[in-house]
Amino acid sequence: MRVHVDSSKCQGHNRCYALAPELFDVDDLGNAFELNDGIVPSGLEDKARLAVANCPEFAITIED
Amino acid sequence: MSETIYGPVTDWATDFDHGSPAYNNNIHQIWDDLKAADLVKEIAYDPTRFSSLTPVVQQLKPSEALLEDPDALGAPIGPVPPISSDPPFHADARRLLLPAFSPKVIDPLRKEVEEICNKLIDDMGDVDAIDAAVQYTQHIPVLVVAQMVGLPLSDADRFRGWVDMVLGGIGAERSEERLAQFMAMDEYLTKHIEEHIANPQDDLTSYLLDAEIFGEKLSPRHVFGTILLLIIAGIDTTWSGIGSSLWHLASNPVDRRRLVENPGKIPMAVEEFLRAYAPVTMARMVTDDMEFHGVQMKKEDRVLLPFPAANRDENQFANPAVVDIEREENRHAAFGLGIHRCIGSNLARLEMNVAIEVFLKRFPDFELDTTEQVTWSTGQVRGPRNLPFKIKARG
Repeated sequence: MRVHVDSSKCQGHNRCYALAPELFDVDDLGNAFELNDGIVPSGLEDKARLAVANCPEFAITIED
Repeated sequence: MSETIYGPVTDWATDFDHGSPAYNNNIHQIWDDLKAADLVKEIAYDPTRFSSLTPVVQQLKPSEALLEDPDALGAPIGPVPPISSDPPFHADARRLLLPAFSPKVIDPLRKEVEEICNKLIDDMGDVDAIDAAVQYTQHIPVLVVAQMVGLPLSDADRFRGWVDMVLGGIGAERSEERLAQFMAMDEYLTKHIEEHIANPQDDLTSYLLDAEIFGEKLSPRHVFGTILLLIIAGIDTTWSGIGSSLWHLASNPVDRRRLVENPGKIPMAVEEFLRAYAPVTMARMVTDDMEFHGVQMKKEDRVLLPFPAANRDENQFANPAVVDIEREENRHAAFGLGIHRCIGSNLARLEMNVAIEVFLKRFPDFELDTTEQVTWSTGQVRGPRNLPFKIKARG
């Protein structure tokens, strides 16, 4: 599983970073990006889905 | 402003103003048809047709206001940048502030917020009846914002008065007294900025005075507007968010017990309180005559962005009327959508989480004191202004 933050949609709500800091980080402006090329380590799939389900801008996508 | 007693909010989706006829009489337009989540989003995403020049509805149209105060900053900057700014200016004005509100700067403030919350509870003394709004929620954001901006904490009551005046005054008469209050606020903040020019401090005011936009220092009017924005937008919004959460917990013992027993569930619960009791409705100004989804709009009409209504849209949320503190899918719009996402959202979330955590720890059991009245604010920021609680247990 891989996650991806569309930086043109991200407005810095920081929900993904709060819910899954293992998968996402934020820059100095508060914009999010995926860590480790978006590869979701096994066991963290639910956290990845939670991040997607809580992004108000629909900026995060998952690829299986 | 004198506090008016209104009944509890019972309808969070369509009741834009639950008590004040003056508000409805004076507002230019409430587009009742436009409260669905996707339409709220469409308006929020379209700064070309919907300007942010006046995010709080006022009695005067911007062209009329400009006649009264020719020095006021017009579009695309607006009087309180960046919330009142439109593209392309908006992005630069916002970028200046973003680093000061990023999670990595805000999260370390947790300890300070905890101390503020604990001290407020210590100051209540050993009583079994409190007003949680008057003695707790209203103070937390004022103290946090004052510290950030470098204003004396002893003046906190004055800021709160101004916030009431600016946000609660939509239906108020344009009286001499109101103008005098505006003048006093103007003088106070101007003096505050002048003092910071003379003696720079390690705070947000000095940071802004030192900042540059398009290779030039910010104008004093811009710094003034941004400080005013931080005070206005940072105070009664968060105060309302904390208050509505505590009101919910006082009225729902099952949820209260779940959070007392498992404080790790507080962050998810906070998101649900933000969804269900979103404190803020913003406004946009129509830039030109047009038809929008069948609604005729005229230039300078105000359009509300009712985030509380969008948050209860059944096309977006399963069982939107149910407050489920473990709701897993929650793309709520309490902090807005698009380029004007609340810049203080990380701070507001920190304050809400800590305020609830500390309150539940110190008062694991409490309920509404039904012999007293819960009162609510009016206008575009909604939250309890009196929260009479009976304290039944202490931690």
